[in-house]
Amino acid sequence: MDPYDLQGSASRRRTSNLKDYFVGATPLQKRLESVRRQSSFFPSPPRRKILQCTQLQEEIDPQKVAFLLHKQWTVYSLTPLYKFSYTNLKEYSRLLSAFIAAEKQKGLAVEVGEDFNIKVVFSTLVGVKGTQRDPEAFLVQILSKSQSSREHREGRVLWTGWFCCVFGESLLGTVSEDFTCLPLFLANGAESNTSLIGGWFQKTFDCCFSPLTISAFNLSWMAAMWTACKMDHYVATTEFFWSVPCHPQSLDISYAIHPEDAKALWDSVHKTSGEITQEEVDLFMDCLYSHFHRHFKIHLSATRLVRVSTSVASAHTDGKIKILCHKYFIGVLAYMTELAIFQIE
Amino acid sequence: MLQDHCASELRVHLANSLPLPSTVNRPRIDLIVFVINLHSKYSLRNVEECLSHVDSSFFLGKVCFLATGAGQENHCSIHQNTVIKLAHTYRSPLLFCDLEVESFRAIVAQRLVRMLQICAGHVPGISAVNLLSLLRRSDSPPSKEL
Repeated sequence: MDPYDLQGSASRRRTSNLKDYFVGATPLQKRLESVRRQSSFFPSPPRRKILQCTQLQEEIDPQKVAFLLHKQWTVYSLTPLYKFSYTNLKEYSRLLSAFIAAEKQKGLAVEVGEDFNIKVVFSTLVGVKGTQRDPEAFLVQILSKSQSSREHREGRVLWTGWFCCVFGESLLGTVSEDFTCLPLFLANGAESNTSLIGGWFQKTFDCCFSPLTISAFNLSWMAAMWTACKMDHYVATTEFFWSVPCHPQSLDISYAIHPEDAKALWDSVHKTSGEITQEEVDLFMDCLYSHFHRHFKIHLSATRLVRVSTSVASAHTDGKIKILCHKYFIGVLAYMTELAIFQIE
Repeated sequence: MLQDHCASELRVHLANSLPLPSTVNRPRIDLIVFVINLHSKYSLRNVEECLSHVDSSFFLGKVCFLATGAGQENHCSIHQNTVIKLAHTYRSPLLFCDLEVESFRAIVAQRLVRMLQICAGHVPGISAVNLLSLLRRSDSPPSKEL
């Protein structure tokens, strides 16, 4: 028999032996081992669980996370924060407000007509995590202080950013106690504010932000995973955008499908219940490509997938996502966390 | 490759797909290099189709896979493992190269010219099959970890 066929089962057994060996190892040894094991460019387990409503998700108050849906977030990956404490959130709010006020007075990030009366609020996001081991997610908002003294309501939200970690076991096991692992950072608002706040976090907690780019390979996985999700009603059509590299300007091709048709196609491709395999994803995309080719004689497989949009969520290769569905909120974040962890490593 | 110095005459024939038309008289083919662009699934499909047109005697060291575009991760639509598996299935060496980068191009060209010289029998003491077994021994430890 071809020795290659036995590799799958042999390698699985081998990695579980290594895990046992490293239970007593220091965090540094664990990190080195995980880096050694990852020899490929992208995370690609051949199988992946279908997004399901997890136990923790039932505890999320839909009202509390509603403001996180339907917004476009720019995604960054973040290395673990050093000596971050959830009890000091008020202190951090004060420091960051002072920092931003100082920077704005320096004229580094001045916008015409900007109101300098801003305040920063840190708050925890309860329930945005995968397992109990994941650190609590927290939210940072820049609010403009209300001018009128009669109003005691919160001002207008100028910028929102939140840090979370959903099913981040592979990272949690490799860092020591002083670090808080929140590898996923999502920001909505002016870019100047994002870089200001990013700079403050980098100085204060010795961490490092980097924009998360999503490859065409991972976008096709997302398309398949999100199309596989069972929805009661669809709020948006399923759309794909490709970029054709040609001179002098690149062409963009968009392909919209009725979401129920996409789901029907997926159901016909999907064989193993409870898991999604690489072959199924490839077959799903190939069906779309061949359908397009039959009608337009264009080989979409020679182009680059840049954006995927479904009723669950939409994602762009530059690292911008928008989550539309509350039910699969955690599932989408889990995949993004995995990509972020992979980028950090 | 043509810019490299070579003792004998080196000819390169480019083709988008196989089989080559049989009406033309052409010299003996010593090395076939399949170029796969990791940015495009279409190129992978094309190569897979063409492989079936290649005579099996070529797979004794006269076929090589060249994967380009691995440097730009976010443009890649094919996983590295897919091409590694393909090369392994056909028992042929796989080279990774970013053909867009000048220095990598020059290095890979040198390697290919050397391989070609061996496959054409111009290097005394080593044949295409020898080269294949040498390359395979150095490749096999990484493939076990897949």
